[in-house]
Amino acid sequence: MSQQVVELLRERFPEAIVETHAQFGDDTVVVDPARWREVALFLRDDARAAMNMFIDLCAVDYSALGMVTGHDGESRRFEIVLHVRSLDRGHRLRLKARVGDEDAEGAEIDSLVSVWRGANWFERETYDLMGIHFRGHPDLRRILMYEEFVGTRCADYPANRIHPLVEFRDVPGKLPPFGPDEGMSFGRQDHERRMYDGDEQAAQGELTTQDGRVRVQSPIVAARED
Amino acid sequence: MEPLDRDLDEGELELPSEPMLLNMGPSHPAMHGTVRIVVELSGETITKADVQIGYLHRGFEKMCERGNWTQVFPYVDRCNYVSPMLNNVGFSLAVEKMLGVTVPERCQYYRVVLGELARMCDHLICSGAMAMELGAFTPFLYFARAREIIWDIFEEETGARVTHSFGRVGGMAKPPTADFKEMIRAGVPRVLAMIDEGERLLLRNRIFLDRVEGIGRISQADALALGWTGVCLRSTGIPYDVRKSNPYSLYERLDFDVPVGTQGDNYDRFMCRQEEMRQSQRIISQALDQMPDTGPINIDDPRVVLPEKEDVYTTIEGTIQHFKIVMEGIKVPAGECYSYTEAGNGELGFYLVSDGSGTPYRVRIRPPCFTHVQGLEQLITGLMIPDLVPTFGSLNMIGGECDH
Repeated sequence: MSQQVVELLRERFPEAIVETHAQFGDDTVVVDPARWREVALFLRDDARAAMNMFIDLCAVDYSALGMVTGHDGESRRFEIVLHVRSLDRGHRLRLKARVGDEDAEGAEIDSLVSVWRGANWFERETYDLMGIHFRGHPDLRRILMYEEFVGTRCADYPANRIHPLVEFRDVPGKLPPFGPDEGMSFGRQDHERRMYDGDEQAAQGELTTQDGRVRVQSPIVAARED
Repeated sequence: MEPLDRDLDEGELELPSEPMLLNMGPSHPAMHGTVRIVVELSGETITKADVQIGYLHRGFEKMCERGNWTQVFPYVDRCNYVSPMLNNVGFSLAVEKMLGVTVPERCQYYRVVLGELARMCDHLICSGAMAMELGAFTPFLYFARAREIIWDIFEEETGARVTHSFGRVGGMAKPPTADFKEMIRAGVPRVLAMIDEGERLLLRNRIFLDRVEGIGRISQADALALGWTGVCLRSTGIPYDVRKSNPYSLYERLDFDVPVGTQGDNYDRFMCRQEEMRQSQRIISQALDQMPDTGPINIDDPRVVLPEKEDVYTTIEGTIQHFKIVMEGIKVPAGECYSYTEAGNGELGFYLVSDGSGTPYRVRIRPPCFTHVQGLEQLITGLMIPDLVPTFGSLNMIGGECDH
């Protein structure tokens, strides 16, 4: 950790810095979320900081602890925490920004993927688990949870809730073995049907399944039924 | 005779071609750690890849917020089930940093020795699994046999073979056994002999070398930008090792080298791991020589460390102390801290937020292989399908850690 970098930031962005501290020896700077990316770029490119190693990015939900104070004096719910390190100088810095009100409204911040490519998955994870939106992220999807999951796990989800089973996905255009019966190798479809589905040469007759879909019968099945 | 691909009008036939989507995993023999890779193929070359993780997501961070600080240890064990001791040590150091305590020297050496043994386990499994996926099953068995020796030591010391839950805030769960040093001095040379043997089988094997040399190469700048640490970063030639750059647990007193690669390919990653195991052996032998035979293992602080069982049953102070720690947990000062150690894969960080009570407010784990798997997409794009297997293997993805 480095006090010099904190001084450097104070000099360069006097109006953007909300607070600084060095608890347990970790130098920390809290900045205005609007200047988030600008400060990050400065940290990376300035020769005195030279923070070229991306270490970690996460968010902390302070709603259970009575919120934190943002740059404008309003109370904020989330704190986005970034850890970076300089390879050449060996110093570290923790950069934080506070976003989002009580109902997680306005929980968004600029993406840092263009600054450090390593931020990509970390931002996706933070989006997934905390529901924070990263503006300008190239590929903001869920990463750890499944798409059908409702809510954001860490932020709003009671730890003891039993989550209902999610229905099978029925996405058109998915790869053949991954239709509605994904993950069930001996599920509701039979093996031959999957093999010969859509294969016109193999198809000899047509059958309709219970759900109304036209079922293409394969020669193997036809032979067996004869 | 007329060539087959000629039309009657002498014009070339245009075969319809479209990129093929291939799905590997989540249950695929080469995707150990449960990961799904959707690759877009042109012929056999990967043109696009999408690495999907999360199949082992168990809500580690959320679970940690429910118990007290000591109850986190079993969870960190299960984050990296290949070298759980390193995770234990990492988390203990993080909480101790907040408490502002340092464990006695004997305990620090004990942690170093156990941690290095765990690092050897980690590398053994990674190298062995990587070889196995390339068809070399025998070296894997050699390495697994070598790991068995280490596991026997762990079993003797901690009582468990894999998930030890042996770390404690302010010390370790138990002091070293009486024949701790002899056991390791006898066991580690046998492990190294097996490593040599297994390595000889691989490094003179044309198939293995052809499939790792020059494959999955990454530049220094890319590795840094992706946040890589540990062996994967060192294989590109950057000698960043937390044990050297920010020594903890008396690593500054131990003499060891940081092996680096030159190209950052699979071969370099494999060789760095092999060399690191030998360096671990150096560390272990020095630490055993320097480690005092007697002395306390835990710090002398009744607010942090559980009392002796005998005292709990015979004295009122012991009973109260035990009750307070078990029921309320260790009171960690309010604030936030980031502590990092060198785990098997790289920098393992814990970002802890405490509200001053016995329960952690937030436990954030910075898993080293999360960043490595993030870089997989870049590594395999442009390679062939068979190259995906050793490349993925050499990154040493640990599902529990990567998916939290």
